[in-house]
Parts: sequence; C-alpha cells; structure tokens
Amino acid sequence: MSQSDFLRQLPSGAGPMYSQRTLSQRLRIDPVMLFLLLLLSGVGLMVLYSASDENAAVVLRQGRFLSVAFVVMVLVAQLHPEQLQRWAPFAFIGCILLLIAVHFMGVGAKGAQRWLSLGGFRFQPSELAKLIMPMTVAWYLSSHPLPPSWRYTAASLVIIFVPTVLVATQPDLGTSILIAASGMFVLFLGGISWTFIFSAFGLLLAAAWPMWEFVLHDYQRRRILTLLNPESDKLGAGWNIIQSKTAIGSGGFEGKGWLMGTQSHLDFLPESHTDFIIAVLAEEYGLRGVLLLLLLYALIIGRGIWISTQAKHCFGRLLGGSIILTFFVYVFVNMGMVSGLLPVVGVPLPLVSQGGTSLVTLLVGFGILMGIYADERLVHQ
Amino acid sequence: MAKQVKAPISPWRFRVVVAGLLVLAAMLLARTLTLQVLDVDRGYEFLQGQGNARTIRSEVIPAHRGMISDRNGEPLAVSTPVASIWANPRELGKQKDAWPKLARALSMSVAELSRKMERYSNSQFMYLRRHLAPQDAKAILALKVPGVYLQREYRRFYPAGEVTAHLLGFTNIDDRGQEGLELAYDEWLNGEPGRKRVLKDLYGNIIREIDAGKEASPGKSLQLSIDLRLQYLAYRELKAALKRTGAKAGSVVILDSKSGEVLAMVNQPSYNPNNRSQLNPSALRNRAVIDMFEPGSTVKPMTLVAALESGRYQPDTEINTHPGYIKVGPKLLEDHRNYGVLTVAEVLKKSSQVGTTKIALSLDEQEVWRVFQRFGFGRDTGSGFPGESSGVLPNRPNWRAIERATLSFGYGMTVTNLQLAQAYSVFANHGVFQPVSMLKRQEPAEHRQVIAPKVARQVVDMLELVTQPGGTATRARVAAYRVGGKTGTSHKAVAGGYAEDRYFSLFAGVAPASDPRIVAVVTIDEPEGDYFGGLVAAPVFSSVVADALRLMNIAPDDVEPEAEGEDRGDAAA
Repeated sequence: MSQSDFLRQLPSGAGPMYSQRTLSQRLRIDPVMLFLLLLLSGVGLMVLYSASDENAAVVLRQGRFLSVAFVVMVLVAQLHPEQLQRWAPFAFIGCILLLIAVHFMGVGAKGAQRWLSLGGFRFQPSELAKLIMPMTVAWYLSSHPLPPSWRYTAASLVIIFVPTVLVATQPDLGTSILIAASGMFVLFLGGISWTFIFSAFGLLLAAAWPMWEFVLHDYQRRRILTLLNPESDKLGAGWNIIQSKTAIGSGGFEGKGWLMGTQSHLDFLPESHTDFIIAVLAEEYGLRGVLLLLLLYALIIGRGIWISTQAKHCFGRLLGGSIILTFFVYVFVNMGMVSGLLPVVGVPLPLVSQGGTSLVTLLVGFGILMGIYADERLVHQ
Repeated sequence: MAKQVKAPISPWRFRVVVAGLLVLAAMLLARTLTLQVLDVDRGYEFLQGQGNARTIRSEVIPAHRGMISDRNGEPLAVSTPVASIWANPRELGKQKDAWPKLARALSMSVAELSRKMERYSNSQFMYLRRHLAPQDAKAILALKVPGVYLQREYRRFYPAGEVTAHLLGFTNIDDRGQEGLELAYDEWLNGEPGRKRVLKDLYGNIIREIDAGKEASPGKSLQLSIDLRLQYLAYRELKAALKRTGAKAGSVVILDSKSGEVLAMVNQPSYNPNNRSQLNPSALRNRAVIDMFEPGSTVKPMTLVAALESGRYQPDTEINTHPGYIKVGPKLLEDHRNYGVLTVAEVLKKSSQVGTTKIALSLDEQEVWRVFQRFGFGRDTGSGFPGESSGVLPNRPNWRAIERATLSFGYGMTVTNLQLAQAYSVFANHGVFQPVSMLKRQEPAEHRQVIAPKVARQVVDMLELVTQPGGTATRARVAAYRVGGKTGTSHKAVAGGYAEDRYFSLFAGVAPASDPRIVAVVTIDEPEGDYFGGLVAAPVFSSVVADALRLMNIAPDDVEPEAEGEDRGDAAA
C-alpha cells in the first residue's frame, strides 16, 4: 500500500451532489456529536453555577467562551483533512518556535511560565501543541509506508519528544503528558510493532527511578507521594484529594441536591470551578449524576471512534483516533485524579471545567473530527 | 487497494484500543461506585460522615455567669458578652501576606504577631486578642484571613470597683472564680455551657444553625447581705482615716446584729478588680476575714461577762486599782495613771489593766477562756469566705497567773475583725450567738443563747459608758444616737516579742445602745502619730455608724424631748 495510490482514490469533484445534501452536511457538522457536546456543555454550565456559589457572571462568561468555541469548531469543520495534512509540518515548526518563545518571554503565575502575551491577547502555545502534535505525527506517518518501520518510529518519537520536553519544562506536567499521549496514540494507531511497545514500556519502567530522582520537581513528587498516602499531609498536599474524595463520597447515590453541596459551597473543596468540578457534581447529584456524565462521555468517545474508523483517509483516521483518545485521556485523568486514582496533575474536565483556552482546543479537535466525518460522508455518497 | 488503505488500524489494534478504554472506564466506574455507594466503612457513609465532620461543628454556647447583687438588688458583679479572636497558627502560618493587615486590625505590630506565631508554631490554637467588644471582633473577622476565628465569651465587670473588691474577689479570663465570693460560690454562679450544631465554612464562619442542641443554662444569681450604700460609706470613711492617720492598712466590718448578716466589709489597701494589670499582692487580701491580730482591750467586756456570771461581781462592785500598777509574776502591769477605786463598769470605761487583771485572777482558772470560747474566738465565723482565719485561742493545762491576766485584756490570742464583730453581736443580740453570713438571709440562722440576756444588757450599758465623757472612746459618739463600744490598742507582735512603736488600733461597738441593731468593728493597722484606739479607730466608727443608722432608718434614741419638739416645729413650719 503506497500513499500515492491512496491519495488517488480520493473523490475529486463532489459538486454535483450539493442539492441533495442536508443542512448538517452543508455545514459539514455531525449532528449527533454536536447534540452530545451541547448537552455536555449544558450540564457543565449548571454545575459551574453551583460551583461558583451561584455566580451568574461566571456562568455567563463561560457561556460566551462556549459560544466562541462552538463557532470555531464549525469553522474548523470546514477544513478538509488533506489541507490540515499539508499545513501540519509548517504548523509544527511554528508551534515549536512559540514554545521556545514562552521560555524566554512567557508570563505566568505560581512559578510556571505558560502564557505568551501578544498585543494584549494572552494564549498558551502548549494548547496549540495538543492539536498540532497529532497532526504532525499523522502527517509524518501517513506520508510513509504503514505500519511504520523502526526508522520512522524513531523519527516520530523525536517529533513527539521536542514539544513534550518544551512544555514539561515550563513546567506543565499535565499538558506535556497530554501532548505526548496524543502523539503516541497516532503512533500506536499507525501500527508500530508490539515489540517496540513492550520494549518501550520496559524502558519506561527502567527510567522511572532516574525520572523520580532527577527530572520531577519537588511538588510533582509530593503529589505522587500524597496520592499514595493522602493522610500523610492532610492540611498540605493531601488536602485537595481528601476534600474531593469526601465531596464525592458524601454525595452518595442520590446526592445532596443542586446547590446543596456543603463541601463545595463552604469552600472546603479547592479548585471547585476548574479541575475539581466533578466533585461538585458528584456531591450534589450523587452516583446518578456521575453515571449520567460518564454515559455522555462514553457516547461522545464512541461516536468519535466510529467517525475515525470510518475515515477513508489514512491521515484523518490517525488524527481523528488520536483526538478522541486524547479526549478520553482528559476525562480519565481528570476523574482519576479527583477520585484519588491518579496524582493531581492539573487536567480540566473537558467541556465542564471553567476555562476558555482548553475549551477552544477541545472543540477545534472536534471540528477536525467533524471535517473528517463530512468528507467520509461525501465518499459514501 | 481501498480495503488495504482502510485498515491502517488493524482489527487487533482496534480491539486493544476499545478494550483498553473499557478497562479504564470500568476503573473509573468502580472507583465512583466504591466511593459513593459500595464501601460502607471507608466509602459512602464514612465519607458522608467526613463531609459532615468538616462542615457541621458543635459550638459551645458560653453560659452567662450569675449576677452578684447587694441586699437591695444593686448589681455588684455582672457578666457582659465579649468576643475573643483566636487563630490556628498552622493555617495562619500559610497566610503571611495577610499578616500586616491582620496585625493592624489587632493593633499590634507585625513583629509582635510573628513572635507570637513563632511561639505557637507547633500548636493548633492561640489567642490573638481576648475580650474585645463584639463589633471590633467582627471587623477583624471581616478580613476573612483563613485560620482566624471567633470565640464568644463573657467578661465580668464590677460596678463598685475597689469598694467591693475584697469581698467579691474576681474571676479569671475564663470567667471562673479565683478569689473571694466569686471563688466560694463559683459552682453556683457558673452556668452549664450549652452546645449547638452549626454549619461552618472553611474559614469558620457560621453559615446556619442546624439545631439548638443543648441550651446553655445560665448560672444562678447570688444576693449578698451587703448593703452597697453602707459599703460605699464605710469604704470612704476608712480610706479617709488611713489618709489622716498614715496607717498601713485597715478594715471596717458592719454586722446586722439581729440576723448576723454582714452589711459592709471593706479593707484598705484595695485594688480595682476591673483592671488588675498592676496588682499589688498585699492589696489582694480581705484583711477583715484573713488577717489575725491580738484584740487587746476589746475583749475586756468578755472578761467582765465571766465576772458577772460568777455572781461575785456586779457592774457597781468596787475594785481598788491603787497604785495604778500590779505585779503578776515577773511582769508589771500598768494603767496610764492611778485610777484609785473603780467600779466594774468604770474598769471598762477607763480600760484599766489593773482592774481587769484583778478581776480575772479572782475567777476560776479557766473561766475567762471558757467565756471567750462561747463568744466564738478560735473558731471560724461560718461566713464561708475562702481562706478565712479562725484566730487562735490557746487552751493550757495549767494557766500561769500572767497568762490569765494577759488573756483577760486580749493578749496571747488572735482574732479577725469579723470574729470580733461576731462576738460583739452577742451583746447586741441579747446574749444570742449566731454564725455570720455574707449572703442575704431568708430565714434566721441556727443560733444559741451563750450568755444571759440580763448580762448582755449590763455589758451594753457598760459599753455605752465608754463613749460617755471620761471614757476612752468619747470620739465614737454619734449625734442623736446612744452608742456603746470598746477601744483597743495592741502592740503588734513581731519576731521575738512585741514592737514598741507599732500598734494595732481597734474599736468595736454597737448601736443604738437602747436596742442595738448594728455592730461595727474598725481596725487600723500601724497608725502614725496617735495610736490609741479611742483616737484612731473610734472616729471612724462614729462617722460610719452615724450614716449607717440614718440610711437604715433607725429611730434616734438619744433625743431630748424638747429638741424633738423643736424638730417637729421646724418640720411644721
């Protein structure tokens, strides 16, 4: 299977079918996915209203972010995957430059430089990297024979490694893991050999000790230690986990009711608007609420996987798969950390946590997915 | 070709991905199930309890300490609500940014605050400021500095200040009695703190009350026998006397002789119980109850009781005190001058040592001692005051003559001011002895007749003579009232004997003499210059008793009939 053969298979003139297309087809969006995303955003706003102590301004602000993000999503959906493929290498280089710029002229808070200020507009290049990384790896792999040989695998790893390190040293461990993961997913979906995967795992385990000793920051080590034994530092690093576990657990099956959560409303739960928002939901809506939320995420992820597998284009398939798996990682890492399964790494709960930048990134990802979906529907017709 | 292209994700790999997602999703599901529903011990119920434990707090409701009032309901000690600010140093330690504004609100310097933080850095509790006005405390809490909390308390105030200081004592900063009646009746005054359950946020602010729990039961109030008006004027007169005589200390006690109630009890030096920052420990003692002294001549009336009871003496029985001194064993006992032949009543009037000695030595060996015992010397008065002294009245298997002689005029024994007042109330109360009380009596106390009413009457009449011209205590007289009493001047006992030039001046008396209602005892410790009881203590008695009799609406018993008529005429005009 050669790439040039594959490209020749692409339908070139889709024009004649225009008149028969539905509105969603003309807008190049997936109505099912859109509905699920809107539903999730709605739930998010409701929980945010409670988490912000019934502050309507906070909710309105988030609503504005959501509107912008959804518009951006629809705009991105207009792009064809092959356009993205063409731009990927240039985007990658630009992204690397921005990440380097962050190190020299970035601004930030709490000991981390993550933001770049451009003419009054602040943004996080690391967010950009989350999307450009899978695009680049997908571009690289799909322009070479699949499954990738050792040589291409190694080259892909370098592509993954550079931005990951740049982000990790900002330092922003959570985002760098997500970025690395999004690249790795492409590699994995691209079919790298199992031998490679297992040896990589072996290496990773072997590298764990030097990582612990020399690479991780004190606060990161403390987070991991605290995870293993939160009781060791109840008022310090363990506070977040203990409070969030208490919030979740005290919700029980039925929950305490909307706006009735004591942990969150009485300020015991830290970061209740952002990373720990699911604890608010769990406390107020109980297990029922959590299950409903999990179901929503499962439907979104299922739909995303389905779209990716249906893609005719190798690039789109790899990129779509990576985007949806990264989305899953978001959900898993966030819920895992809030419920005490994973260390606290600062990953927001997608579409529910407060915050604009990550929202845009996420929905741009879904825009790309929808673009892939729109193209594959063209193929079907 | 298309098929090949369609499978860059091999079916196997796809299955692994889906399986992986499912496994991870199952982990999340299991986790939330465990936390929320399944695990009862460590999960749902435990964490629900934990959630409540964080937010639902049991608040102590401080109980209001009972009020102490005088016999007319005038407040003497009242508790007012105040607020204290405390901090958890571990939490506050993380809020260094907030220290300057917190210190400013507490009106202390940042350095002071950090010193305090340093000292308590290992503990979870320290007071920042205690006993603030509630609104000041609210202003500090409004800063919302995490780790700074409010505690409601009560603070004791003493409206009469130093006038009632010794009697009432005071409470400590936790409002528990430390001295005086506050200590003696602490259990009674101190209520039972209550509890309520409240919902609190992270900063300790109460969001709402969940239920009342247990109400605080306030302490019971205490009504004293003291009459604040008498207390005030006794204090005023005593203070003035000390200034006049340059004495070191002094006490005045006024007893209601009918009921045995203490109407006033004051001491000098005193202190301000509302501000004890510069407290002189020697000012702390309730000297009237605690300090013991040799009563001197003030017990001569009791010696005469023994004489009258023997049947061998009547008030007009003559005793030859010539030549003004008498040798008892190795000692020479002297009068101020040679009084010649005196009646028993005149022995008291002139306070003759020689006459008293002759009488005492003519009686049975233990007679005087037994009478003294009946008057309550050597036993506490039953006032229940903390640290009360019972005085010393030693009994001896063999009394030497000099010991019998000196005992008869009040040496070789010690009493307190209150004991002396109690003893004099026997004369005033027709020979009835009863315990004294600092609380208002609702019903008569257990009492017993210790001397015959006739003897008591005779002694009161003789005491009255003492204040008549030619007596030692003319300056104890009160206009329009007949009063009786006895002076006393004792050398102060020091190590190895008696001090030549340091005296205790005393006056104990009853009024009005026709039907005594009050007993007053004045003691002045180490007056400078004049030191005779008749010169130093008697004037205090006079002015205190004059005001007291008027305040108590006691009818004058020494009014000339025509003078009375004139008064009426004036009133009519």
